[in-house]
Amino acid sequence: MEKYEKFSGIVAPLDRANIDTDQIIPKQFLKSIKRTGFGPNLFDEWRYLDEGLPEQDCSGRPLNKEFVLNQDRYQGSSVMVARKNFGCGSSREHAPWALTDFGFKAVIAPSFADIFFNNSFKNGLLPIVLSEEIVDELFQGVFGTEGYSLEVDLANQVINTPDGKSVLFDVDPFRKHCLLEGLDDIGITLEDADAIKAFESKHEVAAPWVFNAIKAEA
Amino acid sequence: MAGKTLYDKLWEAHLVKERDDGTALIYIDRHLIHEVTSPQAFEGLRIANRKPWRLDTNIATPDHNVPTTDRSAGIEDPVARIQVQALDDNCDEFGILEYKMTDPRQGVLHVVGPEQGAALPGMTIVCGDSHTSTHGAFGALAHGIGTSEVEHVLATQCLIQKKMKNMLIRINGNVGSGVTAKDIVLAIIAKIGTAGGTGYAIEFAGEAIEALSVEGRMTVCNMAIEGGARAGMVAVDDTTVDYFKGRTFAPKGELWDQAVVSWRAFYSDDDAVFDAVVELEGAGIIPQVSWGTSPEMVVAIDQALPDPESESDPVKAEGMRRAYQYMDLKPGMTMGDVVPDRVFIGSCTNSRIEDLRSAAEVAKGRKVDAKVLQALVVPGSGLVKKQAEDEGLDQIFIKAGFEWREPGCSMCLAMNADKLGDGEHCASTSNRNFEGRQGYGGRTHLVSPAMAAAAAVSGRFVDVRELLASN
Repeated sequence: MEKYEKFSGIVAPLDRANIDTDQIIPKQFLKSIKRTGFGPNLFDEWRYLDEGLPEQDCSGRPLNKEFVLNQDRYQGSSVMVARKNFGCGSSREHAPWALTDFGFKAVIAPSFADIFFNNSFKNGLLPIVLSEEIVDELFQGVFGTEGYSLEVDLANQVINTPDGKSVLFDVDPFRKHCLLEGLDDIGITLEDADAIKAFESKHEVAAPWVFNAIKAEA
Repeated sequence: MAGKTLYDKLWEAHLVKERDDGTALIYIDRHLIHEVTSPQAFEGLRIANRKPWRLDTNIATPDHNVPTTDRSAGIEDPVARIQVQALDDNCDEFGILEYKMTDPRQGVLHVVGPEQGAALPGMTIVCGDSHTSTHGAFGALAHGIGTSEVEHVLATQCLIQKKMKNMLIRINGNVGSGVTAKDIVLAIIAKIGTAGGTGYAIEFAGEAIEALSVEGRMTVCNMAIEGGARAGMVAVDDTTVDYFKGRTFAPKGELWDQAVVSWRAFYSDDDAVFDAVVELEGAGIIPQVSWGTSPEMVVAIDQALPDPESESDPVKAEGMRRAYQYMDLKPGMTMGDVVPDRVFIGSCTNSRIEDLRSAAEVAKGRKVDAKVLQALVVPGSGLVKKQAEDEGLDQIFIKAGFEWREPGCSMCLAMNADKLGDGEHCASTSNRNFEGRQGYGGRTHLVSPAMAAAAAVSGRFVDVRELLASN
């Protein structure tokens, strides 16, 4: 994973609550066995006027001009602002894959669903939780000003608005560290291999039925 | 010192290490694998030249993409075929137990795991699927994970976690006859909302939960995620222990006795402290139907659909208006005004033998209404299908005009050929009524199996208790 650098990006406002991962990337696109290429189908059912098919060239499809991501003023956006419970529903990691493939690097909302929140950090997508009041202010800023952009500074846990306001946000220290350094957390966990093995030996004594029961069949 | 909750006990029994940064390494006992969320994880292992930490914790079966019609000629959809083939190849390459598509034990992972005794009480159980919460029904800590975590579990047998908060949802008193586990969980979600359980592990308790079979408890825990909670769970009791005796991968002999002693410790102490407690009265729950595009948009069958103008939260009111537009319904209507174009009985929520029995009880001697284009029954596994056939349930459904299919996720998420047409309404025993979930432009109404069968034979949504009374 690449290191997560400070950046400034145009903000796209998606003024809805409970945006689910079925909307972010509909199921027909989950048949891919790759991690890339989901961007053209991000929000497929809202973005296009026809039904999307897997492995289809989307360049000629009819666009829903009213949808935020199709409006001229939000082209090239890399920050999304949305309402509460963003990313609810299915655990599909294809949702953050689609958002990052499209070009998003951060999503701001009053709350996120747990699994989506967790998946995002593992893919260089920063979910930022801010209060409903601040999210409201951001929506007003974005709707009121064409080209409204935010500077996202993860190292200092702050977003800076065009009118000079700085808003601090919380982030889990371990996740922040992994994002900033571009670390693979499997490698970090395997540094604790001895602790895992020690636990496993103890666990096998306490609950022997957990082990050696399941085997591949010839 | 305060007592411990069921979740506290499961957490502590699997805690490998607490780290300085406030996270913890949690050991994973069982990992269930399907074709949609695993190929990128296996590819990650190959790229990093890593092997699975253990093999005897994993069990795989294809379920999301598989056709529910005759499978002897393989999968017609080339994209789905490649994905299922990738699962077969990955399991073969790494040495992981897989019930392939034509194996009689194949089925929906969350049905197959407990059915085989692969998923057991007291375990930590994960899968790249949000409905893994199902397995909490038997006193396990079970939740969905993303593909990166699938790879992480394969490589390390652990997950990096932060402990969740504890929520207790108690149903006081029992529910009436004709009211099922599905109605209980829909009523819970209507009360707490789809984000009500975010950040929590939910324990379901109270007389109505204790009275449920393990299958019914699985239906309740399955939809914990629809209430925002990654994990839902129910304490171990005699019902739990009896359910697992004799299952393929359950311990036998002395090991069984030892396991039972261990499992019986998985309950919340009387003086355990929960961060949140929600109570519902069992007697107040009647058959439920979802009307909108979020699982919290639910009414009791006798209720009028709610008016967004009376909703004080503007964001919620706007969500309701959008839902009415998408569903082509209006406030003040009742669900009895709605004709289901299709009926789907199946999914990890409601495809077990008791679900099929309950639907068959309603379908017996009746006919699918002419207004219903299609009524599907999709058993949760090959073994559930066989059991149902042994009991003659398939014949009841077929005589009534239902289609009797092969096991898989099917129309719950419409990754295979089973889907709704644009604008069609569906009485569905699945778990999500999101826009387009069951097919482009499809309109889902979540109900119990008995309510789905009642809608099929009535040509509109009705209170199943009225049909049962005339049986």
